[in-house]
Amino acid sequence: MHIDPLEKKWLYIALGMVALFLGSIFISLAVGIKPPSNVETIDSARLHLSKEFAEDNLGVHIQPDGRITVIMVAGRYGFFPRHITIPADTPITFRWASVDVLHGVHMPMTNMSTMVVPGYVAEVTTTFPKPGDYPMLCNEYCGLGHDYMWSKVTVVARQTWEKQHSKGGES
Amino acid sequence: MIDTQSRNLALWNWVVAFAAFLVACFLGFYQVVERSGLFDFLESPPAYFASVSTHGVLMAYVLTTFFIMGFGYLTATSSLKRPLWQPGLAWSGFFITLIGTVLAAIPLLAGKASVLYTFYPPIQASALFYIGAALLVVGSWFWCAIMVVMAAQWRRENPGKGMPLAMYATVANALLWLWTSAGVAMEVVFQLIPWALGWNDTLDPGLARTLFAWTLHPIVYFWLIPAYIALYCFVPKEAGGYLFSEEMAKFAFLGLLVFSLPIGFHHLYMDPEQGAGWKLWHGIGTFLVTVPTLVTGFTVLASLEIAGRLGGGRGLFGWIGTLPWRNPVVLAAILALLMLILGGFGGIVNASYALNAMIHNTAWVPGHFHLIFAGTTVILYFAIAYHLWPKITGKKLVSNTLALIQLWTWFVGMTLLSTPWHVLGLLGQPRRISGVTYNSLLTLAWQPYELFMIMGGAVLLGSAVLFGVILWKTWRNTEIETVPEIAYAEPIHPPESLPAWAESLKTWNLAILGLMLLSFGWPIAQFFFLKTFESLPWGY
Repeated sequence: MHIDPLEKKWLYIALGMVALFLGSIFISLAVGIKPPSNVETIDSARLHLSKEFAEDNLGVHIQPDGRITVIMVAGRYGFFPRHITIPADTPITFRWASVDVLHGVHMPMTNMSTMVVPGYVAEVTTTFPKPGDYPMLCNEYCGLGHDYMWSKVTVVARQTWEKQHSKGGES
Repeated sequence: MIDTQSRNLALWNWVVAFAAFLVACFLGFYQVVERSGLFDFLESPPAYFASVSTHGVLMAYVLTTFFIMGFGYLTATSSLKRPLWQPGLAWSGFFITLIGTVLAAIPLLAGKASVLYTFYPPIQASALFYIGAALLVVGSWFWCAIMVVMAAQWRRENPGKGMPLAMYATVANALLWLWTSAGVAMEVVFQLIPWALGWNDTLDPGLARTLFAWTLHPIVYFWLIPAYIALYCFVPKEAGGYLFSEEMAKFAFLGLLVFSLPIGFHHLYMDPEQGAGWKLWHGIGTFLVTVPTLVTGFTVLASLEIAGRLGGGRGLFGWIGTLPWRNPVVLAAILALLMLILGGFGGIVNASYALNAMIHNTAWVPGHFHLIFAGTTVILYFAIAYHLWPKITGKKLVSNTLALIQLWTWFVGMTLLSTPWHVLGLLGQPRRISGVTYNSLLTLAWQPYELFMIMGGAVLLGSAVLFGVILWKTWRNTEIETVPEIAYAEPIHPPESLPAWAESLKTWNLAILGLMLLSFGWPIAQFFFLKTFESLPWGY
């Protein structure tokens, strides 16, 4: 077995690069940045009978402890409800279920992204620093109308949002 | 020595491979034009998604599988210097793969299998498509068996000798393919076919995606290894030099085989059906498998530098100019390395556990894999074809200059095509859309990039057609090829012996088995313990 000294140096550089990349992943883990993963199953054919994903329950909710959750359903060809308004600079937990096939949710220019696989609940928590109107796109091929699958998210300043919601305004 | 059987096998496998490639290039060009939204009369989601599905299947499964089989027969007989074991078996494999391809192509072209090349249950395609895909894989297993048997026979007859590098890499690839195709084979045989034939009413898309992930990343190394063989075994000699190190080359191939298998979950980072810990474990594995690629980059550049200096190059970069840029194999290697470096860094972004959320399923992803697949891999397939087509047809390459033009235009076209995709991905444009319909200010920023994509597609189509013309004219050439033998690069130092475990097929397979159980054992078993709800089939 023969390794040239130059080659050995390069191997150390390569391993050092890998260590650097892995190190940055572990650092982001320490501050709670991880991909969406909750192995939670649900019967996609009976969503309307489940309490959480029943039609009346979809939309933005303030939990008793003050956390904000958004319950949405993905189905060809839209995310329901079609328009939501949420506060900026606030951790928001989205929970999705699909009524039919695979979908993917993404809001451009943000890290809000997850696959919505029928039979499973997808959950992401993230924060939107910039107020504005965002399209919420389906980024997984879900049928011939896939291009037309998008909804809208309005992110407003936290104070504006709180004012609307203290008046009991619709989300 | 290339015997007649393996010459004919290589010839016909490559005829199918490159015919599929040409058809796929026409479809690809149609797709960039349709997607641009500049031509109203072309807009049609059914045609677009049928085209995308066919393009993906032809490029990823048909071009690669037939090319690799043909190349493997040549490599085995010429590097081991023995005739092909069981040519009848090799022809059976060829015909089964071909029948599979035709069975899959009929529903694809008829728009009855627009499920893209990743199958996407619970959207259901015609059963014929799944059966064809299964046969395509089964046919390729004949090739794997022949490669493994020939390597084992050679080893028995040459105890204590190190296997020729080209064959070492080929048999590693055959084992890699046997291991990795098992995932998609299980998905197709146990889930998709019974479901498409109506024997089962439902299937679990979570399990289907996990089985597909088993295949989905190592398959890339199955495509890449022949390209790496060209880089290690042909390029140094064609450039006028020597291979830097044969032992490290073998370790690179061994590393690709063992570590590329248990990493597929980086395709599932955004999926809900697998836990965060398993994703992290596969993510770590993905970074480890970059090491053999970085070693390859070093060895190939070092070999090129040796050649350049032997050719009279002086100074830090002077050797680059003295390389034989007019040799298609050398030119392809340089262009492929440039694309591999850029594509590789894009891949590191994709594999990053948290960064992936920004670009998952955006146009960034086809940008990345077109650099790696169409840039690095296919450009080296061209180089291998220019190098070996004259040897299997017995006719001289019709024009060296045309071959150089073809390689340069492919490089330019791929740059024009994949650069806008990377930008669009960062701007959030999804992949897999047939047009931009979102009524949003954010998405208006995407429009200017469409023109570059059309230009890139047009250049690529021209280049692909030129490639076909060169092969056709060479086949019809009246001039006879004067160098019928395949020559492999010599290492700069004679190879010293490798440890016994590095030469033992058994050790490799046991290592893979252990890693696969560790990485896929529970993630697959969980579907049988969790209370899962299956999906009904959906049309599109």
